[in-house]
Amino acid sequence: MGSVGAKEVPVLLSPDGKRIDGRKLDELRSMRIVAGALHQADGSAFVEWGANKVMAAVYGPREVHPRHLQQNNKAIVQCKYNMAAFSVDERKRPGLDRRSQEISKVIAEAFESVIFVEEFPRTSIDIYIEVLQANAGTRCAGVVAASVALADAGIPMVDLLPAVAVGKVAGKIALDLKKEEDNFGEADLPMALVPQSGRLVLLQMEGHMTGPELSESLDLGVVGCRAIYEKMKQALRDRYQLGGPSEGAAQ
Amino acid sequence: MGHGHRRGHRGRGPGGVPPRSDGERTLVLPGEEIDVHGLQPGPGTYRVDGRTYASVLGLLSRRPPVVRVIPLSGRYIPKPQDIVVGTVTDVQTTFWLLDIGAPRWAPLHMTGTPWKIEVGECGQYLHVGDTVVVAIENIDPTGRIGVTMLGDDLGKVDGGTVVTMSPAKVPRVIGRSGSMIQMLTNETGCRIAVGQNGRVWVDGTPEGMQRVREALRLIEEEGQRSGLTDRVAGYLGSTRQPGDAAPMPTPTRPPFEPPSPIDGGDEPDDDAGPAPF
Repeated sequence: MGSVGAKEVPVLLSPDGKRIDGRKLDELRSMRIVAGALHQADGSAFVEWGANKVMAAVYGPREVHPRHLQQNNKAIVQCKYNMAAFSVDERKRPGLDRRSQEISKVIAEAFESVIFVEEFPRTSIDIYIEVLQANAGTRCAGVVAASVALADAGIPMVDLLPAVAVGKVAGKIALDLKKEEDNFGEADLPMALVPQSGRLVLLQMEGHMTGPELSESLDLGVVGCRAIYEKMKQALRDRYQLGGPSEGAAQ
Repeated sequence: MGHGHRRGHRGRGPGGVPPRSDGERTLVLPGEEIDVHGLQPGPGTYRVDGRTYASVLGLLSRRPPVVRVIPLSGRYIPKPQDIVVGTVTDVQTTFWLLDIGAPRWAPLHMTGTPWKIEVGECGQYLHVGDTVVVAIENIDPTGRIGVTMLGDDLGKVDGGTVVTMSPAKVPRVIGRSGSMIQMLTNETGCRIAVGQNGRVWVDGTPEGMQRVREALRLIEEEGQRSGLTDRVAGYLGSTRQPGDAAPMPTPTRPPFEPPSPIDGGDEPDDDAGPAPF
């Protein structure tokens, strides 16, 4: 560990089945969601998930800016996923890169499939995801934050969109990888689930898995998503909970 | 066009108040299944395979014959007859575009104003950034919002500021048959125009405007709790200035812009000199 330069592979799974941070294979990292964290946006959310810190802001439906992008039968969904320069160990060069463009695209497409875009023709719904601190699984954290922000913005959609990554670590399928597991593990499989229908609207994979491992991962991911779904709903309830026992009498 | 029921700060016609759900005020989230009890699914819901779900975050309202979700957040969704406060964002040859906080900008055609305007002269009457009080006339199926400036209490407003708040809280700002707005006006001596779109135009003394701004913030933050009127009255009472004549008979309506063009449209840039007449 102390040697300079050579990177040693950490022990990802202890003999008694504990992961590098002491979690079990099917255990999520701790998660905190704050709905409505920003004032100026139409909707917003802040998510702390393990060591990830992600802020999402939603604007719209609003006038489409380069006019030619507007679609006369539905709203367009635009997403910008961005990692702060200080979000990782080695300073990240700020701005768009291939990775963030790809993530922005898949997230926008995932949300386009759950938002009732036909209700707002010729408009744009803009999602901004800023990763302030990254520790693997930031696209999933981004999806969770953006989804809570969309609900906070009052945008009609089929359902909230919980997301989680499942991976293969030291030969075993594990839920919600953290940085070391992602870097030194064998596979990573981020996914986003529509709980209402059971559909997956985001699914990517890096690394190698066998067929049976893939189906095991999908099952585990769906269970993880459902747990995250409850936390997302709780965050929104906390924000919009109507105060006071005398509430029933008020208009 | 100047008659008929319009929902503005003067109170609302019957049926203008959002439906009350017989004591039941359940918060629902997108994707949550709703028990319709044999009623029809209305706005804020969707149906799949015979089951009904909420599509927006809001309060569930069962009001026969429909079940709907009343949104608690989100942009202003225009309804015909609403009075709104807007900002001019663009000037075209025959119309202006207004930002009224809705999903789209609303065109105000020159024929919808009290002025006699030739084609191409729009820029002499309203400039980008001007504040106007207009009424929603119609929304066509493509979502285009038609607005008019013809009617009582409508027109351009000068001076003052616009305070923005959630459109869902507007009924609380108005109060029962205008009681809240009446109190704010009487206590601060400010002229106030409340738009259904959550934009409130306020003009008066700097102190008065600040007090209205604070009171509006109080209403927005504590709007759902009961006893709101008392708390706002308490706030206004505690900040009353010695010089304030408490019940000032100030008109609550915005002033009308005289129907003469404001010059300065196509002048060469001499911002110092007076107008050449």
